[in-house]
Amino acid sequence: MFTLKNGRLPPADVKNIIFFVRPRLELMDIIADNITSEDRHHSSRDFHILFVPRRSMLCEQRLKEQGVLGSFINIDEYILDLIPYDGDLLSMEYESAFRECYLENDQTSLYHTAKGLMTLQALYGTIPQIYGKGECARLVANMMLRMKREFAGSQNQILPVFDTLLLLDRNVDLLTPLATQLTYEGLIDEIYGISNGYVKLPPEKFAQKKQGEGSKDLPTEPKKLQLNSAEELYAEIRDKNFNAVGAALSKKAKIISAAFEERHNAKTVGEIKQFVSQLPHMQAARSSLANHTSIAELIKDITSAYIIQCFPIKSHYVNTYIEDCIAQKDPLIKILRLVCMQSVCNNGLKHKVMDYYKREILQTYGYEHILTLNNLEKAGLLKPQTGSRNNYPTIRKTLKLWMEDANEQNPNDISYVYSGYSPLSIRLTQILARPGWRSIEEVLKMLPGPHFEERQQLPSGLHKKRQQGENRTSLVFFLGGVTYAEIAALRFLSQVEDSGMEYVIATTKLINGTTWIKSLMDRPESPTQ
Amino acid sequence: MTSREEQAGFRPGRGCSDQIFTLRRLMEERIRCGRRTVIIFIDFKSAFDCIDRPALWRALAAEHIPVKIIELLQTAYDGSTSQMIKSKVDEEDYWHSSKFKAFTFDDEDDELSRLKESRQAVNNIRRLVEEDDDEDDVERVSWSGEPVGSISWSVKETAASSQRADREPAFPKISTDTPSISRSQSGYSLSSLFKGKPKVGNFQTFSDALTDSSVRLYAPELRKPKSEYKDYVSDWSPEETVQRLQQGKAVSLERFRTLQDKLLLLDLAIAAHDGNVITAVLIYLKRTLCKEVLFRELESRQTALRHFIHYLSETQNQRLLLELHRALGRAEDAALLQYKEHLSITDENKRRDFLKNCLSLPFSAEDLAHVQDHYTLLERQIIIEVTDRQAERGGKVEIFQKFPRKALILNMPLITTLYYCCFYHYTEPEGTFSSPLNIRQNFKISEKQYFVTALAARAKLKAWLDVDALFASRNWLGFTRKKSPLSFQRVVDILQKNSAPTHVLQDYVALVDDGELRLTLAQKHKCHDIVISTYRDMKDRQLLLGYRGKVVRGSAEERKIDDLLSNPQIRWKN
Repeated sequence: MFTLKNGRLPPADVKNIIFFVRPRLELMDIIADNITSEDRHHSSRDFHILFVPRRSMLCEQRLKEQGVLGSFINIDEYILDLIPYDGDLLSMEYESAFRECYLENDQTSLYHTAKGLMTLQALYGTIPQIYGKGECARLVANMMLRMKREFAGSQNQILPVFDTLLLLDRNVDLLTPLATQLTYEGLIDEIYGISNGYVKLPPEKFAQKKQGEGSKDLPTEPKKLQLNSAEELYAEIRDKNFNAVGAALSKKAKIISAAFEERHNAKTVGEIKQFVSQLPHMQAARSSLANHTSIAELIKDITSAYIIQCFPIKSHYVNTYIEDCIAQKDPLIKILRLVCMQSVCNNGLKHKVMDYYKREILQTYGYEHILTLNNLEKAGLLKPQTGSRNNYPTIRKTLKLWMEDANEQNPNDISYVYSGYSPLSIRLTQILARPGWRSIEEVLKMLPGPHFEERQQLPSGLHKKRQQGENRTSLVFFLGGVTYAEIAALRFLSQVEDSGMEYVIATTKLINGTTWIKSLMDRPESPTQ
Repeated sequence: MTSREEQAGFRPGRGCSDQIFTLRRLMEERIRCGRRTVIIFIDFKSAFDCIDRPALWRALAAEHIPVKIIELLQTAYDGSTSQMIKSKVDEEDYWHSSKFKAFTFDDEDDELSRLKESRQAVNNIRRLVEEDDDEDDVERVSWSGEPVGSISWSVKETAASSQRADREPAFPKISTDTPSISRSQSGYSLSSLFKGKPKVGNFQTFSDALTDSSVRLYAPELRKPKSEYKDYVSDWSPEETVQRLQQGKAVSLERFRTLQDKLLLLDLAIAAHDGNVITAVLIYLKRTLCKEVLFRELESRQTALRHFIHYLSETQNQRLLLELHRALGRAEDAALLQYKEHLSITDENKRRDFLKNCLSLPFSAEDLAHVQDHYTLLERQIIIEVTDRQAERGGKVEIFQKFPRKALILNMPLITTLYYCCFYHYTEPEGTFSSPLNIRQNFKISEKQYFVTALAARAKLKAWLDVDALFASRNWLGFTRKKSPLSFQRVVDILQKNSAPTHVLQDYVALVDDGELRLTLAQKHKCHDIVISTYRDMKDRQLLLGYRGKVVRGSAEERKIDDLLSNPQIRWKN
């Protein structure tokens, strides 16, 4: 297994070479390059190509243009739509889904979503109730129902695991990803970027301090850590507000030291044996504690200027703040996040303000960003104020989005994930479970896209006989991406005792503000940055 | 004479329909394996009538036919003429009995030897079919399980209608297999997917089975894109065509000839939401429709339009793309698109010229202003770059020696350019291209931006006089006082970042309005005088006493504190 890169293929005495790729054009060019440089050396190798998750006409055309299409013995697809990411998390890892749906009007990702959901239903039973909000959600639901009709006659005989499916469009809640996530995992992602479950960290803090040797040679390679719930400590702290992580870590530290101290109490051989048997587990716990303490320290060092929070302040101050940020040449993405946030919260920017921002951004970061600004406008993140009333305050109040006193240490509301702001998407999910969307019809109408409810007939005999107190399970699918903080909020809801609902999360892509805005930019790596 | 298996004419129970069936199977197999197939139909004119009879008698003799019989036949043929009798009664019999049109590839006659090649080819194909007989009857099943269509060549199938009915069971209706598969594999639990290692392998085959109906499981993939099978004639309905496209199977779009058919196909593809299918249909439409019609129809189909635009931009068909935008009255999009191209031009002069051309494009008013600025900026940068490079090489200008340039100024943002000019060209008169004031004027840079940039640049050079001059403003009485469009706290920040000495910082810290803020800043930057005088104004003896310990022993500041503490005129509040 090798990573795809330009030039010659790594030498190996093999007959068959299989390319396992996403259907993206730039990858086709690399493959073509691989094959053409290969041909000169050996001609006896067989090439195969597998597209994940679907073949693409354009890619095959590109291969044909490059004159290598004929070199492939097999061209096929590997249908892998939903990739299990964690115990309760599925992702399609489809980066461009949001851009394609809202900017390019390309609904292929929705088709893949529907296919993925059909597969999921084949494995875990037909989901009897489907709720949704937003244009894309509607389309996905329609496709699912149609696919089901096409398989009419093939009744699924599996007892359904999920009771409901909730499809949510990202553009129903554009605000949430713009703010900085304040959970532990969210912050790691915001600052260092979690990719495929791994994070790369600067190595200084992780240098092994061995006695005698001193720390002369610091490692220069970034430290790579795997992050998932398999690690006991991480599972415990990942969804906590960062302000509560310190306390949790010190508590854990005490427990571990106490456990190590117990060796002094071990008197009999049996006791010592028991202690020794626990040692590996304790060692692991200790090294995991050390790692997370280092990460927490690293995050703490990042100044608070980095954090974009969502709070009610007068727009006058916001204007000045953004202006100052531009003058300081803060990263463009941060500026864009701030500007978009102001636009979303106020149902658009005043014409004068918008022109001013545009001018400042273009002057400071380069004129080629006209294209980016244009894209943001098309995606609805940036818009001029129109005559219509700003209904964001109503939404905010009805859904209780801004909580004055968020308890970060012992949260009692989902707003803890953003230290006082509750993600709209999660509030919708919460209200759907109880008391139901009927209570907020007015607000739902203000949000973009239709909301709907569909039922799928289950074959008789598969209706769940629910026991008293048994939790219902809901699959929440975020079309266009979800942030770690939102996931944390849903996990919080699952844990709340009286919610009666457990959530499994699925999405097209795990995002944060930076990656999200980047996906909307044209040529984010332009030379001027 | 023994007849070959292929021969159907003159044989009881065999007829034209057998040949048609064979041919059709052959073609299906070829298509399934993704091979190109050429079929040659040869109608030998009066083949049976023109046979060299002496050769025929010899052949009969070679087959050990009794001489008596051969002689009987010879007398029968001697001087014979033939006549055709039209009969409607039984067409089957007609095919067998008539010498008229029946054909066979099996004639050994010498005259035909030059067609050996094609005969051999046909025999080979035949062999291929026989080998593959096991996995028969796969493809001829449509989505719904009904046998698909009939053969639509020049030869009609009617002759075989009775036999066709017999054969039909040979095409199994695959439609109800799926539930059995799902039952047999339903032992999955939620945890097997979520926890631990995902069983991707099984997951995969299973999803296959479920989503694509079982047909797909047997059918190997095609090697070539669908468009190469122009010669393959089938008649799937538009719905089926779209479904086959979704499954990545061979399909011919050529049969959709009328505009109405094509649009129906496109609409179905759009309804399927599969970008791949939409693109495939669009490529076909692009090839077969004239631009005007295509553009017109796309206008009412936004999804397809976006895909088409995407396809064109990915294949870098700029010309058609621009035409499309223009035809749809989306001039601004077209303009932006063309503007985007400048990113791929590396040579600065070419880029400048390109931008200049862009100016004539129909941008929106505000975008046009920006593009205009972009062009002007690059034009200037090129001029500045040339002059400065010479100045640097010449070695005469001091500032370039002292602070060698680190990077080219080309393609830098405006503010960076301004900074550069404030750094190297600060004192130039307003008339030159590189004068900061000229740039400010020309690009309408906001006061604040200009200020921050100039301040940072001059502070970097430690030109404190320039810094002072920036803030100096005369009021109408002729007094100078310091004014700033940004808060003095920010000014102090910027100065401090450029390691300004304390005596410079002090002047600006003193100008911070908010008392408390001033104090913290003064303490942070060790502006003792300000701290001391603030405490004095607050009449806070205790704090002043405390601060005495922080200043250097025996310094002027310490003496000043001592003086203040011993000053009897101050009424300390504590």
